[in-house]
Amino acid sequence: MTGLDPRPAPRAPAPVPSPRVLARRRRRRALGRFARSYAHNRAGMAGLVSLLLIATAALTAPLFIDQAHLTVTGAPGQAYEPPSPEYPLGTDNFGRSVLDLIIWGARVSLAVGLLATVVSVSLGTLIGVTAGHFGSSGGTGGRITSTVLMRITDWFLVLPTLVLAVALAAVLPGGTGTIIAAIGLTVWPPTARLVRAQTLAVEARPYVERARALGGGHTHVMLWHVLPNVMPVVLAQTTLLVATSIIAESTLAFLGMGDPTTISWGGILEAARTAGAVSAGIWWYMVPPGLAIAVVALSFTLCGRALESVINPRLRENS
Amino acid sequence: MTSTSTATDGPAGAPTEDAPAGGGGRARRVALYVLGRLTTAVVSLGAVIVAGFFLFRILPGDPVRAMTEGREVSLEQEAELRRQFGLDQPLWSQFFDYAGGLLRLDLGVSFQYREPVTELILERLGPTLLLAGTGTIVAALLGLFLGARAGWRPGGRGDRVNTAVALFFWSVPTFWLGLLLIVLLASGRGFFPGLFPTSGMVAPDATGIEAVLSTARHMVLPVVTMVAVIYAQYLMIMRSSLIDEKGADYLTTARAKGLRDGLVRRRHAVPNALLPTVTLIFLNLGQVVSGVILVETVFSWPGLGHLFYSGLHVPDLGLVQGLFVLFAASVILMNLLADLVYPLLDPRVRP
Repeated sequence: MTGLDPRPAPRAPAPVPSPRVLARRRRRRALGRFARSYAHNRAGMAGLVSLLLIATAALTAPLFIDQAHLTVTGAPGQAYEPPSPEYPLGTDNFGRSVLDLIIWGARVSLAVGLLATVVSVSLGTLIGVTAGHFGSSGGTGGRITSTVLMRITDWFLVLPTLVLAVALAAVLPGGTGTIIAAIGLTVWPPTARLVRAQTLAVEARPYVERARALGGGHTHVMLWHVLPNVMPVVLAQTTLLVATSIIAESTLAFLGMGDPTTISWGGILEAARTAGAVSAGIWWYMVPPGLAIAVVALSFTLCGRALESVINPRLRENS
Repeated sequence: MTSTSTATDGPAGAPTEDAPAGGGGRARRVALYVLGRLTTAVVSLGAVIVAGFFLFRILPGDPVRAMTEGREVSLEQEAELRRQFGLDQPLWSQFFDYAGGLLRLDLGVSFQYREPVTELILERLGPTLLLAGTGTIVAALLGLFLGARAGWRPGGRGDRVNTAVALFFWSVPTFWLGLLLIVLLASGRGFFPGLFPTSGMVAPDATGIEAVLSTARHMVLPVVTMVAVIYAQYLMIMRSSLIDEKGADYLTTARAKGLRDGLVRRRHAVPNALLPTVTLIFLNLGQVVSGVILVETVFSWPGLGHLFYSGLHVPDLGLVQGLFVLFAASVILMNLLADLVYPLLDPRVRP
């Protein structure tokens, strides 16, 4: 927030630090405390390390994988070669290296998972903060808005998530954007509920009342006072949602709703199934993509739970 | 940590104590509560029907072209198909036809099978209920049992192992686990080739007791897959609920009476910790009907999920739309039941 300030840093000649410096120091200290208590959580650290490794592999994939080898026509090997030093995870029915496919698939799977999470978390936060804020300090009109928003959320909550996502993916034009939209538009309701509850707790604090008494409008209070205090909860929820989104992406791809031209983990599994790898017992074509999904989803879940336990002292006490 | 911190989301804190005992006020409150829940459920269902209808109509894609894909059809034939399925009518009139049909439990006609959707659904409802019901019961029992173990000694070795295993299975894609089981235990290779059948529900020539046994054998792998993926949430909720109860005063009393630790857990802590899980079980029962889509698809189980998958690929709008309404309705119904049953079990949230 301080970085966005266009004014130059105040030239304070006196040894008395300016409020800005103090605030920055306080934030740095809080961040340090946060990092330290996160580092105490071994499962959380394991998740973080594995995520960093996978993200690095996904980002640097173009450096060591020849894209031409990933096309059906440019496949380097024979069909269904078992694992060997040349192809550590064997080859698929076209002769492509399964390991290369997995690494390349990480790019799409992670991107879809993250983007879908961004969509759903933004939507959930927007609706949650609006409903919470206007519900507690918006007068009659605000209460009506809040009730309507929460009714809509509850309604989305009862819709079967997978069915809705599949339906959306089926009726929208095919492509990666559709998958992101289908997942993002279906998994937001729990976030909205969580954020609303947190907003209500924040709104009851005296400093929000003070801000309002000083003439702060709705937008000001929501953006500068409520949102920063809701962010920790949102962050933990985000990490957990990425895991859900990645599994959802693979599920949609498996049901044939994915984009057949891109390589994703779910797409590889679907290809393996349609190619008959299941009945032929070609385990090296089937096991790695599922394991990759499980590892990434588990890592995100571990990180999310660690964040939750750092943020929520009640959980920390217990576990 | 006090005993008042229970994870309930009902209208807690209703003034039960200071209301006069008996009297008409209470009956009225209960009636109002039930009426409110019923209204909410009906309105939700109505919204689902409207949304389902327009979601599958307004968005791009022409059902007639989908039906005739890959075949040469004359314009007259296309027009005839349109007339047959009522697609030449204006949208609002189609909607009123559809809504009127729903009142007679008529969900429209499947484009693919040329049969009423209701009949198709009724045919396949049994297998789905059998699979989903068995899976839910096994998963709930297993999850609650392990959760009660894990939550009694949080941070202990048993807790850590249990939670880790549950989280791992929770992170695994359902269909992948099913495929692996098929490779390992059902296909021609693997450790136990052909131990279990790969697909279907019952051997075609079996009768009587043989059919029952054959069905049971066909059910093993689908149920195992389902349970492995969903038992984690029962475990987690039981665990946190028990942790919440652990500090309660009545447990101290029970211990002061000299009860053994296992007895304190089984007789005193677990029954109270079970309360919040009731809601979850109901909510899951609603979701599980659609949750079996993947399991049924992988194992070719002749149920609703498999029907949905087959309708999706045509695409068979009438069928998919009917199943969409049915799946949502089952969640709404289970939510309603949870709302109505919970106050019976927990006096603290009674209206």
